[in-house]
Amino acid sequence: MATLSTTNTKLSLFRSKPFQVGARYMVIFVVAFILFGLILFLAGKHPVEAIQDILVYTLGTPTGFSEVIVRMIPLLFTAIAVALPSRVGLINVGAEGQLYIGGLIAAGVAITFPQLPAWLLLPFMALAGMGGGALWAFLPVFLRARGLVNETISSLLMNYVAPTIVSFFVYGPWRSRGAASTPQTVDFSESARLPTFFDTRVHLGLVIALIILVLFWYVMKYTRWGLEMRAVGGNPQAARRNGIAWARYLILAMCIGGAIAGLAGMSEISGIHGRLRPNFSPGFGFTGFLISWLSFGNPVGILIMSFVIAIITSGGDILQLKQDLPYAVLNILLAITLYVVLAKPTFFERKKA
Amino acid sequence: MSLLALLGVLSSAIFSGTSLLYTTLGEVISERGGMVNLGLEGVMLVSAAMGFAVTSTTGSPYLGVLAAMLTGGLMNLLFGYLVITRKANQLASGLATMFLGFGLSALIGAPYVGTKIGALPRYLVPGLEFFPRQYTGQFRFDFLIYLVVPAAIGVWFLLFRTRWGLGVRAVGESADTAFAAGRNPHTLRYQALFLAGLLAGLGAAHLSIAYTMTWKEYMTAGRGFIAVALVIFSKWHPLRAIAGALLFGGAVAFQLLLQASGVNVSPFLLDSIPYVLTLVVLMAWGGTRKHAAPAGLGRVYQGSE
Repeated sequence: MATLSTTNTKLSLFRSKPFQVGARYMVIFVVAFILFGLILFLAGKHPVEAIQDILVYTLGTPTGFSEVIVRMIPLLFTAIAVALPSRVGLINVGAEGQLYIGGLIAAGVAITFPQLPAWLLLPFMALAGMGGGALWAFLPVFLRARGLVNETISSLLMNYVAPTIVSFFVYGPWRSRGAASTPQTVDFSESARLPTFFDTRVHLGLVIALIILVLFWYVMKYTRWGLEMRAVGGNPQAARRNGIAWARYLILAMCIGGAIAGLAGMSEISGIHGRLRPNFSPGFGFTGFLISWLSFGNPVGILIMSFVIAIITSGGDILQLKQDLPYAVLNILLAITLYVVLAKPTFFERKKA
Repeated sequence: MSLLALLGVLSSAIFSGTSLLYTTLGEVISERGGMVNLGLEGVMLVSAAMGFAVTSTTGSPYLGVLAAMLTGGLMNLLFGYLVITRKANQLASGLATMFLGFGLSALIGAPYVGTKIGALPRYLVPGLEFFPRQYTGQFRFDFLIYLVVPAAIGVWFLLFRTRWGLGVRAVGESADTAFAAGRNPHTLRYQALFLAGLLAGLGAAHLSIAYTMTWKEYMTAGRGFIAVALVIFSKWHPLRAIAGALLFGGAVAFQLLLQASGVNVSPFLLDSIPYVLTLVVLMAWGGTRKHAAPAGLGRVYQGSE
């Protein structure tokens, strides 16, 4: 193969890894859109216009594109929150719950100390959010490390407890007595809001998420921790015999993952909503799980898949507006994309793995 | 707190427990065969929407129930294609099925939001004819409620007293061993999933056609997930699932009871009771769970060439 690529430069472009990865994602996208159009056609709608609307809105207009980026931020966080524990062999299905608790605790800080300056309040909120997420991740991994309960099922169950706690506070003690008829907390003070860029809703969370993504890649690839974590994930028994603190790595990886998911909750309520609402996440944690899984926990894959999924999910608004379709219909497109990847036709088959 | 209100609470507990029990029974079958279907929520939603749409167009609730069952079966086969034939990860495939269910049910149900249908006919519980109508009015149930406990016994019989059930359980414990013993893991798993889908469809049909008699987006409100939790709670046993469903129905009833008597407890915290209870039970059973869960749960059968 090596001789071939040196003699034929044109072929080597097609054989290069970035090209193949890019081509794979493109084909996934195209097949998913075709199937989605088919379903819309069968339902008696206008598939071509619908798909055109989505693509033109998300990729062709500044507002639409900025909304894609906005949607991408929590997905980046939650995908890393799943990918990091998966390196030590843990399946974290609980990012949704960790996100909610992170948002809840961060909101508590924002409401309690509204008079603090932004440079103090925002880091405080971020730490609180991370603490909340880590706390929510601790119980499942603790039970797992003690050999009591599998972390998959316990973290999944805790997803459904977290939103009820948020609802409890928003409908109960923290409910704003103001004019708003919808249940929500008081508006945060200006200093509790993450700064936004260029008159869009894109907020500082994007930068934080990208920094964490780079950190994740660096730690995994170039540090002793990354190596030992991969050892724990690859062969726990061998790792333990080599003196690696197995249980400590499990707990650490899961709690850091939870903390990152908590950061997603903090950045959502601080950057987007400016107050705490019940059900403020439309399943970001679950979508993050899928993104992490689809990209095999690979940082570049996480970036690309987050972008792709963000395009799909933010197309829902435009469908509702222009085609009179329920917003939830967009989930079909999301599901088909996932089906195409999960069914992995031979074209997408990875050479290794 | 009047006797009447108390009876009303009991009746609504039975109604909300029924759809859950059917779904849980289905999930018991598929998990015994080694497959966790996290997409149950989506399967239920599509079935509920389909059942409602068919009832609304044809005017026959029985056709609606049938349509919901078949839809459930087909949705589960779709999930099965991914996890059995394409050997995909079960958790991820389940979540994908969940998203598909959210979208598809919204699309199917959109024209029917706000329409009313004729419900399944309800019959008075036999033996209650002699009591005043005022009190027995709450105890008129449709045939799906009467059939739910027999269905649980039927699933138990199927799993533990038939050759087919033995095959399914063998595949769930160790697909390779079952294959070596001359059973086809792929066929058995597809059959188990289809049956599970029929039952989930029945549960969904009860929800939209017999209980609420309306369609609204995301009307299952987490029942699919509670069913998955209840399977663990009942240690993968269909008869213990009855107790699990009663518990959930009881939690709903308890919630209504507190509201009716004016005690100020947040309904949201009560909503989390089934999940918290399942977690506590899991912890308590932590040491013994090796004997409970099918050993091959979640494993992909790679085939044997």
